[in-house]
Amino acid sequence: MARSPIIPAATESPVSKVKLAERNGTFQIRKVLTSIIDWPMAALQRLVGERGMAYVFLLPNLIFFGLFVFVPLGINILYSATGGAALFPADRPYVGLDQYGYLFDCGSYIDPNTCREDHFWRGVTNTFNFTMFQVVTMVVLSLLTAIVLNMKIRGRGFFRAVYFFPVLLSPVVVALIWKWILQRDGLLNALITSLGGEKILFLNEPGWATFWIVFVSVWSHMGFYTLILLAGLQAIPADIYEAAEMDATPRWRVFWRLTLPLLWPNLIVVVVLALIRAVQTFDEVFVLTGGGPGTATLMVVQYIYETAFSNQVQNFGLAAAASVVLGVVLFALTLIQLAFTRRKTS
Amino acid sequence: MKGTTVFLGCFMLAASLLGHAQAQTTLRMTWYSDGNEGEVMSDLLRRFEEQNKDIKVVLDQVPFKAINENLPVQLAAGQGPDLARVADLGGVARYTLDLRPHLKDPAYFETNFGPFLEWMRVPGDTTSIPGIMTQLTLTGPFVNKTLFEQANVAMPGEKATWEEWAKAAKDVAAKVQAPFPVAIDRSGHRFFSLAISQGAKIFNEKGEPAVVDEGFKRAAQLVYDWHRNGVMSKELWGSVAGTAYRGANDEFKNAQVVMYVSGSWQIGQFDKTIGDAFDWVAVRTPCGPANCSGMPGGAALVAIKTTKSPQAVARLLEYLASENIAREFYERSLFVPGHLGLAKKGLEYKDASPQGRAALTVFGEGVAQLSPVANKLQGYVNNRVMFNAVISRLGQAIVGEATLDEAYRRITADVEQQIAERNKQ
Repeated sequence: MARSPIIPAATESPVSKVKLAERNGTFQIRKVLTSIIDWPMAALQRLVGERGMAYVFLLPNLIFFGLFVFVPLGINILYSATGGAALFPADRPYVGLDQYGYLFDCGSYIDPNTCREDHFWRGVTNTFNFTMFQVVTMVVLSLLTAIVLNMKIRGRGFFRAVYFFPVLLSPVVVALIWKWILQRDGLLNALITSLGGEKILFLNEPGWATFWIVFVSVWSHMGFYTLILLAGLQAIPADIYEAAEMDATPRWRVFWRLTLPLLWPNLIVVVVLALIRAVQTFDEVFVLTGGGPGTATLMVVQYIYETAFSNQVQNFGLAAAASVVLGVVLFALTLIQLAFTRRKTS
Repeated sequence: MKGTTVFLGCFMLAASLLGHAQAQTTLRMTWYSDGNEGEVMSDLLRRFEEQNKDIKVVLDQVPFKAINENLPVQLAAGQGPDLARVADLGGVARYTLDLRPHLKDPAYFETNFGPFLEWMRVPGDTTSIPGIMTQLTLTGPFVNKTLFEQANVAMPGEKATWEEWAKAAKDVAAKVQAPFPVAIDRSGHRFFSLAISQGAKIFNEKGEPAVVDEGFKRAAQLVYDWHRNGVMSKELWGSVAGTAYRGANDEFKNAQVVMYVSGSWQIGQFDKTIGDAFDWVAVRTPCGPANCSGMPGGAALVAIKTTKSPQAVARLLEYLASENIAREFYERSLFVPGHLGLAKKGLEYKDASPQGRAALTVFGEGVAQLSPVANKLQGYVNNRVMFNAVISRLGQAIVGEATLDEAYRRITADVEQQIAERNKQ
């Protein structure tokens, strides 16, 4: 069977583009601008070669990134090798790995009470527990919400906006509002007492405080991850579900065998982003509970902040060492995400 | 011709304005407020500028937390204001400017602020004049008298002990359903007033910190037991982590606290906000086995050494330290004066209510009860290291994360480690 000739798709004629520019008067401006930019770019290309031009275009962003990310990172590592209370590195004595030694000076890493920097290890434990609970809850709820919002329900647009709205609020505002709701004479206790119950000091009991920081965090950030998963669900071709429907496949099997595997790349992104964010949690928890009661909700970032700024002797070296440790953990999480993403793509 | 005249006129006007602008010095003052003292200071500065047209003062009003956390970093970076109102006098001492060479009458400052100048100096310095006290403060209890009357419980007398007050407050709270029988600010400074009355010595023979002694332990045990038996609620000391400050002034203003151990800086705020909602009084600091001492304190307005206008700063401080201006400032802010001459003459506090005036009298009389240990602690350059260690570790013991013995061990270690870190060269 003869193959039909390949006819290129019709494209807009270059001549008509010029005529359009001439008509709307921009042709001359474009010509002037092009002539100004053209010769230095041509000269640069002769100097660095065609491939080098890619790096030239990346350079401004790299400089910005370098100045505001790599340079502070380097300075931070430098601080972590120094001691004393002076601010400038030149005035601080070099102590090598002493600060890391203080951080890891423990009888048992499982029991913070045996550690020299027990607040750091409490922060690590609390952050780990918070991350586990918060991420699992966040992902499950976001997934369920995305599935529901993907259905043809009445007011779908409204509900999508409602779930995303808390994401737009400042974390401090979110925490303050919930603090007012949860405090001794807050809205929630007013409701409880009106139903005949006793007031509960939600933010003064370690168990309740932990529950509420997870709750508030999930409530305020869920919309963002729901959006990512919703986009993933909408990218799944409808004919796959039609085929499953024709085969009378049970719904749970459709979800388990079709939806989840196809949604996997998005789920990985959501899990890793949620993990990174949870490990870095500070503002909401600091405003809501201040790390209390006791140190029940003290997170690693709050420990770093207090070590560097709140104590009378502002221990920049120790705080820098703790932040380097945190940075290593976050870097490891990022590498895991890259590995998963690459494997899925391949 | 007309155009030339207009042009020349504009030129001359611009030149005169430029000349004026060049001659005017701008000073920046970083300030925090407990009550209305920010407004009072703004008014005084406006009048200063009217009398001194070559100086303009910009008053930057910031939260107290910014003074304690942000300002030291600014000063360390050499970026601070020309003057600042600070409470951590020892911590900021190394950034202050000695105004002695710029003052017309340094002897006036020595006479009227003498003992307090030591608090603003670095160890070893015995002569510098870095600033003036914006207030002298004293810790002490405020009592909701109306709740006592409603509960039909007699208020303990002047020499009553901490335990007697705790019992009375608990009885009142039980009868009137107040959630806070006794509230003490989550502050090491407040805790040490209790500790010193229990006999805490705080320093060893060499003058080095020896925080945990028998007196200290008695005080810690009291606070611990009060949290166990309901005299104190965990909502203050147990509610936040680390060195975070937590006061109960809002709860007191809302009549939820029977006895609130805070300090004289609250008088202005209470006088303005409580009104006739209920009767409140300041009472003498309860007694312990050793004494009935509170803790002195205060805030100072100090000159910063990075100022480019030391002469102008000196003129401003001379104005604010002058008797009439200082009197007006203390009277309108309802502060115990940090000016010895005025303290001796007495102030009238015309703007205060009878309750406010009575409270100021009680605190003024309490100055005579101050223990030398309390004065020494307030003047010690690393006192905040000790205050922070105490509230951080006792807070953990109160919520059950640690025992009292573990807390004592940690307090000692924290103080040693932080002072060692500060002294590293």
